Amino acid sequence: MPKWADAVLVPLISLLIAFVISGLVILAIGEDPVAAMKLMVTGALGSTYGWGYTLYYATNFIFTGLAVSIAFQAGLFNIGGEGQASLGGLGVALACLYIPWPHWSLALAGALIAAGVFGAAWAAIPAYLQAKRGSHVVITTIMFNFIASALLVYLLVNVLRPAGSMDSASARFGEALQLPSLSDILALVGIPFNNRNPANISLIIGLFACFGVWVMMWRTRLGYQLRAFGKSEKASVYAGINPVRITMYAMLISGGLSGMMAVNTVMGEAQRLILNSVEGAGFIGIAVALMGRSHPFGVLLAALLFGFLYQGGAELALWTKIPRELIVVIQALVILFTGALDNMVRRPVEAVFIMARKGKA
Amino acid sequence: MDFATLIQILDSTVRLATPLLFACLAGLFSERAGIFDIGLEGKMLAAAFLSAAAAAVTGNVWLGVGAGMFASLILAGIHGLASITFRGNQLISGVAINFLASGLTVLLGQNWFGLGGRTPALTTGGRFEPITLPFADAIAPYPIIGPIYAELISGHSALVYLALAMVPASAWLLYRTRFGLRLRAVGENPAAVDTAGVSVIGIRFAAVAICGILCGLAGAYLALGLAAGFGKEMTAGRGFIALAALIFAKWRPWYALGATLLFGFLEAVGNRFPNIDLGLFTVPSQFMQALPYILTVIILAGFVGKAIPPRAGGQPYVKER
Repeated sequence: MPKWADAVLVPLISLLIAFVISGLVILAIGEDPVAAMKLMVTGALGSTYGWGYTLYYATNFIFTGLAVSIAFQAGLFNIGGEGQASLGGLGVALACLYIPWPHWSLALAGALIAAGVFGAAWAAIPAYLQAKRGSHVVITTIMFNFIASALLVYLLVNVLRPAGSMDSASARFGEALQLPSLSDILALVGIPFNNRNPANISLIIGLFACFGVWVMMWRTRLGYQLRAFGKSEKASVYAGINPVRITMYAMLISGGLSGMMAVNTVMGEAQRLILNSVEGAGFIGIAVALMGRSHPFGVLLAALLFGFLYQGGAELALWTKIPRELIVVIQALVILFTGALDNMVRRPVEAVFIMARKGKA
Repeated sequence: MDFATLIQILDSTVRLATPLLFACLAGLFSERAGIFDIGLEGKMLAAAFLSAAAAAVTGNVWLGVGAGMFASLILAGIHGLASITFRGNQLISGVAINFLASGLTVLLGQNWFGLGGRTPALTTGGRFEPITLPFADAIAPYPIIGPIYAELISGHSALVYLALAMVPASAWLLYRTRFGLRLRAVGENPAAVDTAGVSVIGIRFAAVAICGILCGLAGAYLALGLAAGFGKEMTAGRGFIALAALIFAKWRPWYALGATLLFGFLEAVGNRFPNIDLGLFTVPSQFMQALPYILTVIILAGFVGKAIPPRAGGQPYVKER
């Protein structure tokens, strides 16, 4: 099978199946799938307001998607993006609340570092247990998601909540820490863009993160070692790659990237730490990484697709009787067909290519 | 804490441990056959939804249980198809199943009943009634033994007793029958089972189906026993607690009873005393909620006894050619 078929054709067919089934689900609940699709497209892509939300959601998914894909490349399944991103949010909130930054740009750098360090720290224990004690990283990261959520509830209710506030949320960050919005940035180059949406400078950081991950994975020794370790642990150990070190690096980078997602939500949008600020983006990272075949460019495209689905789904919930949970179903179907049932799609495609080659010969 | 409170806490321990026990045994059958299942949560949720929906429409609790098992079996079938037939990644399939259940239950619930994802509240006949064991009323007045028998042992719904009966039944099936031996062997060394002329695929599908039935019972108990109807995301992570209990129990049926009772007890204590004041400091309720997960990580770390999963777990079986 040619490379393009493996990288593009198979995921596209999987995606198509997922969408057809989603369409059937919409039919089954008595709504019109074509009208729903039209509404999603106009809602998410028909105005710069819609685009703003689409790109805002996409930014989250870029970070969590990259996080899952780096772990995938190293043969690890980091299902703990949700917890790592919550801890990242905590890092952002602490950095923004307790350090008097003179300018938003310094605050952004500081918040990025804090988010990355907190996210990486939350991934460090599962990583260590996997590397040193052989405890399965999937189970430990699931457990750490729940521990993170309990920890965040405790901290928001008992520690970070300002006195007298009924809301389980931290205090607001200072006005000076407001990140430039996408419309501010685009105005600099003369592009008019709606300013009532949460898209902000984090999107650009996300794009840089994609490029950075690509450089790391395909242009550095560490990236080579990560991929080699993911392909065959035995062979890479034989080649002198330290499995403990690689597992730790892969999970720390992965956790750090998940954590950095929080800069977009906590600092870019809410301007304070609220309960459940991650809203499942950590799990969507799994779908994004699978869809994007664990490649930064694929992750970028898949993140845009899910950003579109998220914003489109919100519009659907607003204007039709289709609840927002439709996106969760689509997300599940994408994970199922591009991930677990990959062989179901791949085998027939492979068979077609083999037949075609035999026909030529 | 007086004796009456203790009895109440233990009584609610049994109640809260029941869904965990069903789900934990479900996971046990699947994982002992070499199929990892992190989709317990989703199967429970789907079962809770369909059982509540069926019980609400028909008014018959047992039809509800059947519908719940049906929903769970469908998802188990998808998991089997993905992880056995198409040799996909079992963990990814589990994640997909969890999301599928989470989305579809609300989507269909809203469409069928229009109550924001809930099902109509169940009344008598639609949900499980407590069963009063013989002589409970006669023994009740006696001190100590009376409350223990009348309140703790008697007065639960049928599924609670079924769950408890499933423990020896599972142990017998796994350790005393030919099927059980084969099932365990398929999880340790499938090639050996294949060599003996037994279908690895058949045994694994059987294990996944048993898992589906038990998850169905777990979900049905949640909606028809513990609560009176389905609510959005009502499993609230119980599938994962069951998974934690399974590791805690080191993949053994009797240990599973102990582990789920322990986790049920933690939940019961957490419900009864939201913040435990120990004098020097207060244990926050969130710590109690996180405790099962923390304990599982400690067990997984191997500091307190090592939990070793079935050797062929997570690997699809490819027949030698």
